[in-house]
Amino acid sequence: MQHNKRNSRKRKGNGFHDVEPGEGARMADEALFEFLHMEVISYIFKSIEKDDSDNGKCTAKLEGMGFRVGQGLVERFTRDIPRFKDELDIMKFVCKDFWAGIFKKQIDNLRTNHQGVYVLQDNRFRLLTQISAGKQYMEHAPKFLAFTCGLVRGALSNLGVNSIVTAEVSLLPACKFQVMMQRV
Amino acid sequence: MFNVATGGRRRRAFCTMAVCVAVITKENYPLYISNVPAANELKFHYTVHTSLDVVEEKLSAVGKTTSDLRELYLGLLYPTEDYKVYPLMCETHPPSTPPPPPIPIFVGDGMVFRSCPRAHAFESRYGYVANTKVKFVIVIDSSNTSFRDNEIRSMFRKLHTAYTDVMCNPFYTPGDPIQSKTFDDVISSMMQVC
Repeated sequence: MQHNKRNSRKRKGNGFHDVEPGEGARMADEALFEFLHMEVISYIFKSIEKDDSDNGKCTAKLEGMGFRVGQGLVERFTRDIPRFKDELDIMKFVCKDFWAGIFKKQIDNLRTNHQGVYVLQDNRFRLLTQISAGKQYMEHAPKFLAFTCGLVRGALSNLGVNSIVTAEVSLLPACKFQVMMQRV
Repeated sequence: MFNVATGGRRRRAFCTMAVCVAVITKENYPLYISNVPAANELKFHYTVHTSLDVVEEKLSAVGKTTSDLRELYLGLLYPTEDYKVYPLMCETHPPSTPPPPPIPIFVGDGMVFRSCPRAHAFESRYGYVANTKVKFVIVIDSSNTSFRDNEIRSMFRKLHTAYTDVMCNPFYTPGDPIQSKTFDDVISSMMQVC
């Protein structure tokens, strides 16, 4: 009897669907990251004077932020995973577990020339889906990829792989990240 | 002995004395070394440094053998029975032979030290290398009790978790010595589990 009363009380209430606290946190955190990311980009680009030559600096700042975050993230994600066999293993980890941990989906396509260049293709990149679904706002797209490039570079650097990561977009929201391994 | 508190069952001595814990980066310099007792710090620095060779050897051997090559935990590196020598620690003879009289030892750069057998301590070192190539070394004083692999593994897991938390701290720059109080607390709890 008491149990039923409690349940019915839950179901009432302003028409909102009652959600367990843990579930709510899981549902909201992607939106939080997307909003924060957009705001960071907007803040950094607004804080420069109207001077085109500083564009490189803003992108570099974003990439640097992503780098540090990537280092910490990869430490957490690789805690329970067995040791990586080789570079390809590491890239597969980035495409699957790492991408899924951050963007809740995996990379759609991984290509390599087996000589240290990898291309990661995401057909629906999380951070671009809200912007447009075609060619509109194409010139602003690279800003939204800088942080993620840093993320990948930081993750790889903490796993012992030096690399250069660049991104290109031809049709939103699909984009490609190119990873070039630096051999000393 | 009848133990009233446990209703007569003998209480197992559950005592792991870690005497030294070290965190070493992939560039092979230490981020954190802590030992109990606080004296003989130099000796532990040497101990950890020499264990790095064994760690590297185990890591490179992984490519050749197929067993356990995916494990992060390296296990017992090697046990030592050491004489407390000033200032250089040296490995000595196996327990079966009697201890030698004090002898001069030549070190590479021509200095001579005398070894004085003072005390025998059984110290075992355990290693663990994370995927991010950061190495953890724990030195255990094994003279009082034998302990199980699982206890050591759980110590390493705790250590790895604490290190991950330090790494995710935005105020911490990777490569700097670790100065976090929380990390210190976790380490001291590990070194006094008794």
